[in-house]
Amino acid sequence: MSSTSSTSAAAEFARRRQTPLQQLQHQLHRRPWLSPLFLLLVAFLAFFIATPTFLTASSMGILLQQTAVVAALAVGQTLIILTAGIDLSVGAVMVLSMMVMASLARDGGMPGLLALVIGVALATVAGLLNGLLVTRINLPPFIVTLGTLSIFTAIALLYSGGESIQAEHLPRLLNVLGEGFGIGSFRLTWGIVVVVLIYAVMAFVLSQTAWGRYVYAVGDDAESARLSGVPSRRILLGVYTVAGLIYGIAAWILIGRAGAATPNAIPDANLASITAVVIGGTSLFGGRGRLIGTLIGALIVQTFAFGLSQLGVDQQWRVLATGVLVIVAVAIDQWIRKVKA
Amino acid sequence: MSTIERLPLTHDAIPEGRRHIYDTDPVLTARDLVITFGRVIGLDGVSLDLYRGEVLAVIGDNGAGKSTLIKCLTGAYLPDSGAIHLEGERVHFRRPQDAREAGIETVYQQLAVIPALDIASNLYLGREERRGGILGSMFRMLDKGGMEKRAGQSVQDLGIQTIQNMSQAVETLSGGQRQAVAVARAAAFGSKVVVLDEPTAALGVKESGMVLEMVKQLRDNGLAVILISHNMPHVWEVADRIHIQRLGGCAGVITPQSHDMGEGVAIMTGAKTLSGS
Ligand SMILES: Nc1ncnc2c1ncn2[C@@H]1O[C@H](COP(=O)(O)OP(=O)(O)OP(=O)(O)O)[C@@H](O)[C@H]1O
Ligand SMILES: [Mg+2]
Repeated sequence: MSSTSSTSAAAEFARRRQTPLQQLQHQLHRRPWLSPLFLLLVAFLAFFIATPTFLTASSMGILLQQTAVVAALAVGQTLIILTAGIDLSVGAVMVLSMMVMASLARDGGMPGLLALVIGVALATVAGLLNGLLVTRINLPPFIVTLGTLSIFTAIALLYSGGESIQAEHLPRLLNVLGEGFGIGSFRLTWGIVVVVLIYAVMAFVLSQTAWGRYVYAVGDDAESARLSGVPSRRILLGVYTVAGLIYGIAAWILIGRAGAATPNAIPDANLASITAVVIGGTSLFGGRGRLIGTLIGALIVQTFAFGLSQLGVDQQWRVLATGVLVIVAVAIDQWIRKVKA
Repeated sequence: MSTIERLPLTHDAIPEGRRHIYDTDPVLTARDLVITFGRVIGLDGVSLDLYRGEVLAVIGDNGAGKSTLIKCLTGAYLPDSGAIHLEGERVHFRRPQDAREAGIETVYQQLAVIPALDIASNLYLGREERRGGILGSMFRMLDKGGMEKRAGQSVQDLGIQTIQNMSQAVETLSGGQRQAVAVARAAAFGSKVVVLDEPTAALGVKESGMVLEMVKQLRDNGLAVILISHNMPHVWEVADRIHIQRLGGCAGVITPQSHDMGEGVAIMTGAKTLSGS
């Protein structure tokens, strides 16, 4: 670096002292998942002190199993929120997909693999439909998915007659993700393995490919992205479609987890997935966030639920705590977005 | 390949040393461009010729249609009617991407940089480079390190000192630094035409001077440059010809030699009309 007056001034500027608070703000700006990670560790420690059984291998296995479905849904939700959208039809798409694959396969009506493929394909098409409504008719994602939430729910209930299909009427393939393997008393299901795979693949796509970069660009500033040569509409359409695909896989995981295909298995799937994303540090304004944060967010919500139930505390305290967390998370996001160089 | 009839040039108003620019056919031509936004007329039949190695300035009042004109030339807007030819071939840019692939780089007035992405990502946005081998071809993995290095190199080549760290997020930059990033992107990748819509609006004296030097350098490298500016001294310093945009139409084309700044501004505001056009 030359030592002209301007560069030395710039260098001095770069080296200027920051207050600890500014440094924290800076770190959080670079790594927005740090604060949820910290919170998760604190929650673990607190519950461990309160109930030592909390941190046993078997408890941890159960915690992961309980987290799996919402964690999977939250991947699709993260993609959509990164583009500054929101998906209220998450749960509806999953239930529709689940009821269709289970009904088709009931009592050997259709080979399990074919039913699975049709179910997942249906969820993908449902996502594509959301995407088409958002990109072609230019409707706000909130409105589109509010509408399709009702539409898909109604179709799922009409189709299934509102009845559950128990696991014993289903081929093994549809239940297999509820099966698992143990490492000592630490029991993992194949469903958890699938969730980890989804996270690994999508985290790679988001951080290492051009498509991933475009998702952030479109979410941050759609018009600038378009002017910079990003095919914005195609990216958006892709995001909604991939999200649908992930919801279809989540439907498969849920059948294994619940031991049945039931329309009411996770009534709060929409809010749970959005909560996980927001607590995980992804900005509702788009363009900012990491998938790892979402995973941590999903774990936080489930850790509170699980820990408080082990303590025998009323579940409403979990609901209350979740509400506080969401507001705090968004407030932190607002704060770190004001970061200065 | 059809030859498009050239618009008349006021040849004697171009200095001897620069007349050779106009010996070849224009690299970019626009004829009778019309675009409307509802009931607002954006462009009312505008034509222009742009030659290799020249700087064509576009001046005009706010709302005269300068940005709209260059947006039609660069694929950001699709004109309602009119024809655009690049190197004699009719082109129909439907997206900015199309124009970029044809060798036209643009710094839009609103800059079009993505705040959340870092400088290197912004420079390579829409033309990312992938890793070699199976990682790139099958897994579509970006060559982040390589792009960052080359981004740093192009910024250095352009003599831009205000931006240093290529992995810094653009949102942490000042307005002038962001403008430098946008200009660097256009200069680094433009191969035929570079369009700059008020590139010095947010810049200090020194940085403005740098952008003007860069404009001259691009011109000397044989590229065609369109420069939109409200800064008349800048325009009169670097422009070969000046296209005056007024109320959606072209009020005439002058040169710094044929008219002085006062006359240019008078034509721009309608206080005076260009004789003989
Ligand atoms: N997307 C659009 N929708 C509606 N009207 C538009 C649009 N783009 C431009 N216009 C209108 O076209 C006219 C020309 O605008 P333009 O941005 O080209 O002006 P300009 O010469 O670049 O002005 P400035 O010096 O302020 O940048 C204005 O009346 C503007 O309102
Ligand atoms: Mg303008």
